[in-house]
Amino acid sequence: MIAEAGLAALWLSAALAALQLVLGAVGLRGGREDMLAAVRPIALAQAVLTVLAFVLLIVLFLRVDLSVALVAANDHSAKPWLYKFAGTWGNHEGSMLMWVTILAVAGAAVALLERRLEDRTLIATLAAQAAIGLGFYGFLLFASNPFARLDPAPAEGQGLNPLLQDPGLAFHPPTLYLGYVGLSVAFSFAVGALVTRDVGPAFARAMRPWVLGAWILLTLGITAGSYWAYYELGWGGWWFWDPVENASLMPWLAATALLHSVTVLATRDGLRAWTVMLAVVAFSMSMVGTFLVRSGILTSVHAFAVDPRRGGFILVLLALYIGGALALFAARVGTVREGSRFDPVSREGALVINNLLLTAILGIVLVGTLYPLAAESLTGEKLSVGPPYFNAAAGPLALILMVVMVIGPLLRWRRDELRNLAGRIALPCLLASLALLAVVLLAPDISILPLLGLVFAAGVAAASIAPLWKRNLRRTPLFIWGMVISHLGIAVSVAGMASESAFTRERLVAARIGETEQVGPYSVRFDAVTPVAGPNWTAIEGTLTAMRGDTSFELKPEARAFWAPPTETNEAAIRTALDGQLYVVLGKSDEQGRWQLRLWWKPFVTLIWAGGAMIALGGALALIGRLRRERKAALREAWA
Amino acid sequence: MKRLILWAPLAIFVAFLAIFATGLIKPEGKVIRSQMVGNPLPEFKLARGVPTQPGLATADFRDGKPRLLNVFASWCVPCAAEAPQLMQLAQAGVQIEAVAIRDRPEDIADFLRRYGNPYQRIGSDPTSSVQIAIGSSGVPETFVIDGKGIIRHQHIGDIRPEDIPEILAELEKAG
Repeated sequence: MIAEAGLAALWLSAALAALQLVLGAVGLRGGREDMLAAVRPIALAQAVLTVLAFVLLIVLFLRVDLSVALVAANDHSAKPWLYKFAGTWGNHEGSMLMWVTILAVAGAAVALLERRLEDRTLIATLAAQAAIGLGFYGFLLFASNPFARLDPAPAEGQGLNPLLQDPGLAFHPPTLYLGYVGLSVAFSFAVGALVTRDVGPAFARAMRPWVLGAWILLTLGITAGSYWAYYELGWGGWWFWDPVENASLMPWLAATALLHSVTVLATRDGLRAWTVMLAVVAFSMSMVGTFLVRSGILTSVHAFAVDPRRGGFILVLLALYIGGALALFAARVGTVREGSRFDPVSREGALVINNLLLTAILGIVLVGTLYPLAAESLTGEKLSVGPPYFNAAAGPLALILMVVMVIGPLLRWRRDELRNLAGRIALPCLLASLALLAVVLLAPDISILPLLGLVFAAGVAAASIAPLWKRNLRRTPLFIWGMVISHLGIAVSVAGMASESAFTRERLVAARIGETEQVGPYSVRFDAVTPVAGPNWTAIEGTLTAMRGDTSFELKPEARAFWAPPTETNEAAIRTALDGQLYVVLGKSDEQGRWQLRLWWKPFVTLIWAGGAMIALGGALALIGRLRRERKAALREAWA
Repeated sequence: MKRLILWAPLAIFVAFLAIFATGLIKPEGKVIRSQMVGNPLPEFKLARGVPTQPGLATADFRDGKPRLLNVFASWCVPCAAEAPQLMQLAQAGVQIEAVAIRDRPEDIADFLRRYGNPYQRIGSDPTSSVQIAIGSSGVPETFVIDGKGIIRHQHIGDIRPEDIPEILAELEKAG
C-alpha cells in the first residue's frame, strides 16, 4: 500500500510538472494572467507530492519491506537503522528520486521566496524548472521505478555495498545533490531570462543567492566526499581524479566562475552573455555528471546499476535540455543588450581572467574525463587518463589562478592604475618570498608544484586578509568577510595539498606481532590481532601502539568482512595530531604469521578539508550578508 | 561572424553527445581475462531466474559432464545478438546453464520468448556477486566448465558464428 501510494504521488507530481510547463508557456505567449497565476501554487503542490513519495520510500526502507524490489535489492534487516535510512539513496532508483525531490523543492522555493525578479521572467523560470523535472519524472517512472514490487518477496534483502555503510552516506550524497540540483535554479533563471530577454543587474541579484547556496553545498559535498574516500577506501589518498569525482568538480568549477561573474553583472552590469552561458554550463555539468555515473559508461563505487537503457534515456534528456538551452542561447543572446564596458586593469578585468582560468581548468578536467571514452569510440583502444595528466595540466593553471586571487580583490571596480597596485601587493609578495626561502632551506629536494603551492598559498593568505586593512572590522559588511574567509580557505587547502604531496612518509611492511616500525615522527609497535564482530560483519582487529616523544596511544585498524553482500573492507585507524595525521591500514596475513601493514605520516593533511570547510563558511557568510542587505534595501524602499 | 560564435557551444556539445552515444552503444572491450580459469567454480546457490526453470548452484556442475555457463541479461543488447549462436550450440547437444545479471523474472521470460531458450538452468544474480566471483566483468560472457566444476575457458563478449568451432573445441578438451 505504501509503495503504491508513493508511485501514485510520483505520477501526480509528474502530471503537475506538465501542467506547470504548459500553463507557463501558453500563459506567457498569450498573456493570460489567469494561467500565469496558477503556476506558483502548482510548483508548490508538485514539491509536496514529490517529498511525500520520497518520504514513503524512506519508510519502506526503514520497515525493510522486502516485497518492494528496490528494498529487497539494497536493504537488510540486520543493518543498523542509519544505513536502512541512508540506504534509501545508496542505490540508483532511490538516488534519482532524491534528485527529483530536490529539483521540485528548489522550484517550490523559487515560487515561494523569489520576489526580486520580474513576474514574467519568474514564470518562465518556473516553466523551465518544470520542464527539467518532467524529463526526470519520466526517467523514474519508465526506466527506474523505485516502487516496483517483487513477487514473491524474498526472505531477506541483499544488503548494501559495505563501502557505503558509513555515516558519510547519510550526509555526502544529500549535500552534493542539493548542490548539483540547486544549480538547476540558476539554469532555469538563465533560460527564463533568455525567453523574456531580461538579463540585467536585477536578474543577477535575484540569481546570486541561489548560485551561492548551491555552491556552498557543492563545496561541502566535495570536501566531505574527499574525506570519506580518504578514510574509508584505505588507500591514503584524498583525490583520485576518478571520473565521478571529476563529475562533481566540474559543476563546482563552473559554479565558482558563475559566482564571480554574477557579481560583475549585479554590481557593474557587465558580462551579461557570459553569465547566462555559465549558468547553463554549471547545471549542464551536473547533468553530465549524473549521466556519467548513472549510465554505466564509467564504472566506480558510484555506479550502482550498469544499464545502457537508462544511459540512453538520460542521454536523450541531456540532448533536449543542454542542447535546447544552448540553442536558445545562440538564438537569443544576440538580442540581449550589451552590458557596460570596463578597463582591463580593474576588478572586472581580474574577474574575467578568473573566469577564463576556471573555464580552462574545467575544460582540462572535462577532456581528461571524456578522453578515454572518445579514444575508445574512435580507435577502439582502452586507456585511462590518470593523475599525471590532471596534475600537470590543471596544476599550473591553478597556480596562475592563485596569482589572480592575490591581485583581483585589491583592484578597484571599473578602472585602476597598475602602479597603485604595487603598494597593495607588497606584503603578500614579501610573505610569499619568506615562504619560498623557508621551504627551500628546510626541504631542498621538494618538487616544483608543491613548492609553488606552498609559496602561493602564503601569498594568497596574506592578500586575502588585505581587504580588511584600515577597515572598521565591526562595520565591515558580512559579504566582504565571506570573500576573505573563502579566499583564505583556498590558501589553507592548497597548503594542505602541497604539504601532503611533498612531505608524506609511507611504509609498507610485513610485520610480526611485537615488531616496531618507524614512520615520520612515530614509532609504531604491532601488539596483537583479535577477531571482533559487528552487527552485519566480522573483522580482524589489529592493536598497535604509536609512540612519539613521551606520548603514546593505541590504534585499532580493522579488516572487515561483510556477509551481505560478501565484501571485504579496510577500516583505517587514523590519529590526528596538530601537525598531521598518522594513518594505519591492516592488510592480509601471510602463512608465516606476518601481517601486511601500511603506515602513513601525512603532515598537515587535515588543512585540505579545513580549507574546504572555510570556503563553504565564507560562502555562507556572503549569502547571509547579501540577503540581509537586500532586506534592508527593501525596507528602505517600503518607507520611501 | 559574431553570431556564428554563439552557436559554437552547441556545436561542441553535439560533438560530445556523439562520443557519449558511441560509448553507450559499443560493447565492453575484450581485455580483461579471468584469473579464475583453471580454478573450481566458487560456491554459490542462485534462486530461479524464471519460475519455470530451476535455479543454479555450484553442485549442478559436478555431474561429470562438461558444459557452458553463460552470463547474460535481458537488458543487454549483445546478449540478444549472441542468442542464435547459443540456440545453435544447444541444438548440437551442448548443455548451457545461465546466470542472469541484475534482471527481473518477467524481463528474462520475455527475452527467452523473443530470442529462444537454450538454457537448462537459470540462476538470478541481482547484485552481480556471483558474476564477480567467477571473474566475469561484463555481459555477455561464456565459460566452459568441465565435469568436476572447474573453469576451463572464458569467452568474453558475444559468441559470434565464427567463434562456435573454438567453443566446441574447448568443450571437447574439457570432456
